Amino acid sequence: MTRFAVGIDLGTTHCALAVAPLEADGVPLEILGVPQLVAPGQVEARPLLPSFLYFAHETEGPQALPWQAGRRFVVGEYARSRGVDAPARLIASAKSWLSHPTADRRAGILPLGAPEDVERISPVEATWHYLEHLCEAFDAHTGGGDAALSKQDVVVTVPASFDASARELTVEAALAAGIEKVTLLEEPQAALYAWVLAMGEAWRREVRPGDVILVVDVGGGTTDFSAIHAVDDGGSLQLVRVAVGDHILLGGDNMDLALAHQVGQKLAAEAKVPDRWQQASLVHACRVAKERLLSDAKLRAAPIAVASRGSALLGGTLRAELTRDEVTRTLVDGFFPSVGADARPAGRARGGLTQLGLHYASDPAITRHLAWFLARQAGALGVPAAGRAPKLLHPTAVLFNGGVMKAGPLRERLVATLDAWLEADGAPRVRVLGGADLDLAVARGACAYARVRRGKGLRIRGGTARACYVGIESAVPAVPGVEPPVSAMCVAPFGMEEGTEAELPPHELGVVVGEPVRFRFFGSTVRRDDVAGTVLEQWKGDELEELPPIEVTLPAEGRREGDVVPVRLRARVTEVGTLLLEAEPLHPLKPDERWRVELSVRGEG
Amino acid sequence: MNTPGVTTDVPEISFLTRLWFAWLCSFRILFDARFAGRVWTVRVPAPAPLPPRLPEVSRALQLLALLQREGRFVDFLQQDIADFPDADVGVAARVVHEGCRNALRAHADIEPVRAEKEGAPVVLEAGFDADAVKLVGDVKGQPPYAGVLRHRGWRAKRLDLPEIVGGHDARILAAAEVELG
Repeated sequence: MTRFAVGIDLGTTHCALAVAPLEADGVPLEILGVPQLVAPGQVEARPLLPSFLYFAHETEGPQALPWQAGRRFVVGEYARSRGVDAPARLIASAKSWLSHPTADRRAGILPLGAPEDVERISPVEATWHYLEHLCEAFDAHTGGGDAALSKQDVVVTVPASFDASARELTVEAALAAGIEKVTLLEEPQAALYAWVLAMGEAWRREVRPGDVILVVDVGGGTTDFSAIHAVDDGGSLQLVRVAVGDHILLGGDNMDLALAHQVGQKLAAEAKVPDRWQQASLVHACRVAKERLLSDAKLRAAPIAVASRGSALLGGTLRAELTRDEVTRTLVDGFFPSVGADARPAGRARGGLTQLGLHYASDPAITRHLAWFLARQAGALGVPAAGRAPKLLHPTAVLFNGGVMKAGPLRERLVATLDAWLEADGAPRVRVLGGADLDLAVARGACAYARVRRGKGLRIRGGTARACYVGIESAVPAVPGVEPPVSAMCVAPFGMEEGTEAELPPHELGVVVGEPVRFRFFGSTVRRDDVAGTVLEQWKGDELEELPPIEVTLPAEGRREGDVVPVRLRARVTEVGTLLLEAEPLHPLKPDERWRVELSVRGEG
Repeated sequence: MNTPGVTTDVPEISFLTRLWFAWLCSFRILFDARFAGRVWTVRVPAPAPLPPRLPEVSRALQLLALLQREGRFVDFLQQDIADFPDADVGVAARVVHEGCRNALRAHADIEPVRAEKEGAPVVLEAGFDADAVKLVGDVKGQPPYAGVLRHRGWRAKRLDLPEIVGGHDARILAAAEVELG
């Protein structure tokens, strides 16, 4: 029997789990204290589980947990701190790898550059280990049995910008960890659920019909934008998610690194160069100094002290200062510059398939990424009946999420920049939705959503945030060196709700029996009106984004190997929240004959 | 069957011997309190042995290790600071203060014993908690005692140290570090 609603924030840098009983209404949800190693042989329960995995060397012995004595790896706080000592044995940012466009995400590639005694694991396995740790912690807390996590309704959050295959891999990791009843939820939506939960009934006074809520979610490693439209549905307020942004690998960690780099240069000018180990403490010290400076407007500078590596503390400790000026220049102007609405992030091209590494955003300016998002989504609410089409989507309210956005000066800069854009486009300024403690908001919101799915409370609608297209090569005579033109056929329209199926498109594809056939695959976050079967001969450069290809293999049963069989692709969105593509033969040999189309996770490599 | 355990050590006793032994025991149980006590413990199954309690000293060592890990506390105390200028001591003190303060706040709740400001007049009625409040100065006479609060005192409301697993040597407050490569 299902007893609890559980929300899991599966973050790039931290995980958290919120739980509430399903039956008792009004019982506040609770954040699980997650037991984890914090030092060799010392276990402590903490609300956050750092998303780090460390492979212990044989000299370090077993890494025992209360529920398992003979573990060879560490997840959590001690993994993170131990990783500073031996970085080649540490996995960090597994989540960013999960959405990597070209790496084989089921192959043992992590940690990159690991020594030979470490058996490398895949991004999916790393994610599975984080979820497994949360499962074990939950079961240890509740006693398992009926109350085991495998029996509960579990909502796991993903970035809104995660594509179909990254979502599927997240579900795969959750199932491997023993979470049987899993549902996915987009993080910005989780933040809004958390806000609604925290406001209670008062939220209905804060949000009016016609509002467009922009959720700005800046986490440790990623930045995510979503727009949610409040519409009047026969007297009751409905929330519809109308747009999501690109996947931007840029977050609070980049900001701390930028500050540490600044301070490091000042130290270098005094011929004091921090070693790798001190560098880690320097980043930490900069984060603390930054938080002080951003929360206290009177402070002019904050001291930074980085302890020596050896046991002699005096004489070896490095001292520096972080000034308000530097924080303003580096963070406020560097990451949130006042730019025009027509600003675009530099170097957006995803290209660069040559080397294995994470595709960090090449432009650190969050305001430029936001300008691009709003401009692309200018038509998200449909075409206005009269008057000029807006240049950008006009949000009326902003909800901030993520630790970075707790800093007043950063919020003020973002709101001021946004207001200037809106004013120039003839729209009113935005309101900031505040008044809620957004600590651990994503986990809380996910837990609230797990209850909502049982029919308790308001649900954000919106369906899939992308339309999906299959590339069809035109039958033209081959010209050496010239790629045949490709048209794109829509197989899954924008906004498909969970548990629905797309119309079967009229066009068919030819698949060779007995061998895997790959098709190019595209997604679009802006083409809202294409129905299944729409064929695009051409499109504007950035309307469609190429995704890893899809692959279909028809078994030879009953057919001759090498024959070409015409099929049509049917798209379904599962209750879990993943996209399922199936190939249906035009002339089936048995009733309901269909084959699963794999969303490739291997990319081009 | 020769399974290991207690039962295999018990000899088989014949009926006549048992009759004699029961007669003997009834008298010894009546008149020999220590014998009765030993028989009493046999009639209930022995409880499972309790896990060995951690000696308190290792908790103290654990706290030291925690303060060293988070705030370099032992490094600071072990270094001879006499020859260093105050500026150096100040810089090191920042490291120690910030780290140890965070560690303490995360693991303990410490609150003042008295809520009044230091320097405020205080009256102690009869039966005040003499562990929590100490009389100083011209200590004599009977309650109520009127005086001035000189130190607010500190009370630890909570101290939660990490659970120890895996049998690590608690005496190691900080492992020596050898860099390879």
